[in-house]
Amino acid sequence: MVNRDILDYTAVELSEKIKKGEFRVTDAVEAVFGQIAGTEEELHCYVTLEKDRALARAAGVQEQIDAGALTGPLAGVPFAVKDNLCTRGMRTTCSSKMLENFVPAYSAEAVLKLEEAGAVIIGKTNMDEFAMGSTTETSYFGVTRNPRNTAHVPGGSSGGSAAAVAARECFAALGSDTGGSIRQPASYCGVVGMKPTYGTVSRYGLVAYGSSLDQIGPLTKDVRDCAVILETIASHDEKDSTSMRRTDTDFSSALKEDVKGLRIGIPKDYLGRGLDPEVKSAVLAAAEVFREKGAVVEEFDLSLAEYAIPAYYTIAAAEASSNLERFDGIKYGYRAPETDELHLLYKRTRSQGFGPEVKRRIMLGSFVLSSGYYDAYYLKALRVKALIKKAFDQAFAKYDVILGPVAPTTAPKLGESLSDPLKMYLGDIYTISVNLAGLPGISIPCGEDAGGLPVGLQLIGDCFREKTLIQAAYTYEQEVK
Amino acid sequence: MANVIDDATIDYVGILAKLELSGEEREQAKKDMAGMLDYIDKLGELDTTGVEPMSHVFPVQNVFREDVVTNGDARDEILANAPAEKDGMFVAPQTFEG
Amino acid sequence: MAKQYETVIGLEVHVELATRTKIFCGCSTAFGGAPNTHTCPVCTGMPGSLPVLNKQVAEYAIGVGLATNCTITRYCKFDRKNYFYPDNPQNYQISQLYLPICRDGYVEIGLPAGATERKKRIGIHEIHMEEDAGKLIHDDWEGCSLVDYNRSGVPLIEIVSEPDMRSADEVIAYLEKLRMLIQYLGASDCKLQEGSMRADVNLSVREAGAKEFGTRTEMKNLNSFRAIARAIEGERERQIDLIESGKAVVQETRRWDDTQETSYAMRSKEDAQDYRYFPDPDLPPLCIDDAWLERIRERQPEFREEKRSRYRETFDLPDYDIDLITDSKHMADLFEATVALGAHPKKVSNWLMVETLRILKEKGLDPEDIAFSPEHFAALIDLTERKVINSTVAKKVFEALFDEDIDPVAYVEEKGLRTVNDEGALRGIVEQVLAENPQSVEDYKNGKEKAIGFLVGQTMKAMKGKADPAAVNKLLKELL
Repeated sequence: MVNRDILDYTAVELSEKIKKGEFRVTDAVEAVFGQIAGTEEELHCYVTLEKDRALARAAGVQEQIDAGALTGPLAGVPFAVKDNLCTRGMRTTCSSKMLENFVPAYSAEAVLKLEEAGAVIIGKTNMDEFAMGSTTETSYFGVTRNPRNTAHVPGGSSGGSAAAVAARECFAALGSDTGGSIRQPASYCGVVGMKPTYGTVSRYGLVAYGSSLDQIGPLTKDVRDCAVILETIASHDEKDSTSMRRTDTDFSSALKEDVKGLRIGIPKDYLGRGLDPEVKSAVLAAAEVFREKGAVVEEFDLSLAEYAIPAYYTIAAAEASSNLERFDGIKYGYRAPETDELHLLYKRTRSQGFGPEVKRRIMLGSFVLSSGYYDAYYLKALRVKALIKKAFDQAFAKYDVILGPVAPTTAPKLGESLSDPLKMYLGDIYTISVNLAGLPGISIPCGEDAGGLPVGLQLIGDCFREKTLIQAAYTYEQEVK
Repeated sequence: MANVIDDATIDYVGILAKLELSGEEREQAKKDMAGMLDYIDKLGELDTTGVEPMSHVFPVQNVFREDVVTNGDARDEILANAPAEKDGMFVAPQTFEG
Repeated sequence: MAKQYETVIGLEVHVELATRTKIFCGCSTAFGGAPNTHTCPVCTGMPGSLPVLNKQVAEYAIGVGLATNCTITRYCKFDRKNYFYPDNPQNYQISQLYLPICRDGYVEIGLPAGATERKKRIGIHEIHMEEDAGKLIHDDWEGCSLVDYNRSGVPLIEIVSEPDMRSADEVIAYLEKLRMLIQYLGASDCKLQEGSMRADVNLSVREAGAKEFGTRTEMKNLNSFRAIARAIEGERERQIDLIESGKAVVQETRRWDDTQETSYAMRSKEDAQDYRYFPDPDLPPLCIDDAWLERIRERQPEFREEKRSRYRETFDLPDYDIDLITDSKHMADLFEATVALGAHPKKVSNWLMVETLRILKEKGLDPEDIAFSPEHFAALIDLTERKVINSTVAKKVFEALFDEDIDPVAYVEEKGLRTVNDEGALRGIVEQVLAENPQSVEDYKNGKEKAIGFLVGQTMKAMKGKADPAAVNKLLKELL
């Protein structure tokens, strides 16, 4: 047998080896930090790394494994967590100056679920500030580079999580997806990323951006890890009123190679203008793989795709403008110095504490909710959202899975996107409607462009149909590996 | 179409959002917002007559807690991140009412 | 001749609900904790925290809606009201604008004698649920404000009336009516002084007979009926003066300062009054179905009107007594519990109407503050009826009962307050009193009947109050 590097294992494989006694948990943590020592300076995947804490935790987890108390598939696995998920006693910044020194006294429910399963959180990953952005370039703490080509962005907003998995600086990571923020960086970095159905993972402890759109999900090396992690973090949480009671969260049971008779629809609008030809041919080649394996693949008109972006930015900005009001310099976070008039304190704190992209969205959101514009903008967007949901309902009456690209291009070069925000927003066109309709979506690697940058394939399912997606993604992955 | 955001509007939005913009940042914000609104105006092309605005995507209803005290005194944790604290309270600039 | 003006008044009444926990988290609503000791990430607006609705809040709100003849909104939602202020930790308040839980109700108020109608209907526009803000404490020494979030997230209902009131008397009658209904429901103790009931007054004036409403102002910070009456009078005069001098009334929010007896505008350039309400994405809607509504309806208590007629039939009490007792749910409950223990209804009523009300008045308390138990109350009445103690002693014991809820039986024994019914002992004292007061004996024998009163008093004094005055009287006559 060829001797594999410990970092080559997937999360589930690593845990197997640890439980068999082939590795210690500290070996895994040390290996990850060894890797970080070599690559992190250039990549900058993390905002915060906690090695001592991780090693202490690893020793505790090891004891529980040795005692037979921890037997699950993630026991002993080093994880990275996006920095908008609260971690008790560990700095949680949202990559913003506003929360530079914020240390929560509570952990996000998803983080608690991972820890219960024996995961070791090693640090917090870089992101676009408050998850607003598609490149991780809006971070107050500096950009993250794409491990596949460091002249390029890793995508965003969960860019640090995607890059950390791709660069083997962790075995798996959590991210959050409001408009594509897990799937798109997964695609750009060549890893697997999944956004589950809205309400599947508790949002408690996730610093809100667009509350009706946000979902937490995994970024992983393969589909098995993705299914196992999602199964671990999915829960009905009484602390999140929008969390769902589901009994079908045994997602790993869907790791089966079988797509015979699976009805797959490719929206024609997802292959049209703006789509890079190399991305298009990679996606169509993937569709061909499904056809060869017995799926029924056809193109159809989904319609409304072009309206998803304006509807999304109206709704997300409106919710964000309200969600981010709490950052005012009084209870926690940044406070402008030497300001003793109340409203001046608010204005200076927020103007100095937030970066330009956050301010842009807060202002837009405040405007679309303001007196005289609420109906024309905000309510109109909610009506369009209803139409988009209906279009998906109709599509899922005919198809089990919708297949398409994750993003119109592979990862752009650093600095290319920020100059024109509107253009950056247009990059979200294939991912955004999934959030508006609350649907699950998965991104899996499906090839590379001529420059060696990964291309992502997106599979979208009807609500609560994660298993269908996992089975299809797994089948594809096994076929092409 | 072709929205123009004037100074009064951007000042008003600054009051609502508690943001203070100056000089170049302010001019850029006017341009950006106008551009976004032009783009959002695209929604006007769709006929949404008779369509109910959808705020919650799933028909989840009646999610409650029972009226039972579950939290104890966590004052130290609550105040741990306060930029300024006095006598177990957060410190704000002087307010003249309340 | 001077123009006649009519005052048009609508009220926004905030009532703190009597739940054990806050509206969106499991923190206690108890008064009196040290600052910020009843707080958690939810009610201090920590990043990542989420609200979950306390079911009891919805049930109380529906109960009040039913009691005020409202239509219950079967599908209702929460909205965010966005404004920055330090007592509001999220800088938005979770409230209801678009679909409030109750709408289109009314209550009836009695009008003073001499009015053409006996009753007037005051419309209720809506009732909505919302969260209370924290408390700001002004630190003049440091020139800052300190924020305590113990009250942040305490559940409130806001009852918004139609502009149907025309005088301070009507406003107070309306508030008293609401207070009584809500107290009967047990949904709140409705104490104005303590802030568990708060009223904002919307007021405008118009020339008598005019059809259009004038421009209204909103007045806040009214924490007693007296302050409300004075603020209404003050604001009416202020608006009439403006109109008479040719100036316009400005629509604005004003704050009443009761010590200065004046109001001033709360205006700020930074206060845009544009609250950007939108449905709260963190809270799913409420769907109130028939079954739930029926369960709440069945649990509704007997309100005052029903109680009155039942008291008339069951207890054979005069209307005057019934009105006083049923004026407060707490008093009525105490009355019924005491009667249930075997006390005579009229005797219970007398103790409540005379001694209880006297002490309440002396101490400046509300009937809700009565803290003694019906068991001890019934025991005291029993001791009096069985003449174990006389009425003078009984009043003393009652004071101790009121203050400390003492057990009257033990108390009387311990303090040796029993009436002495031992004829021999009493006879000895009476003989001694007669011997010591020959002048009074003489007077009595000369037909001055009143002199016996003095002799009774002297005997009681010698007995340290522990004799039965009737027995003393009888014995005196016998010996004279």
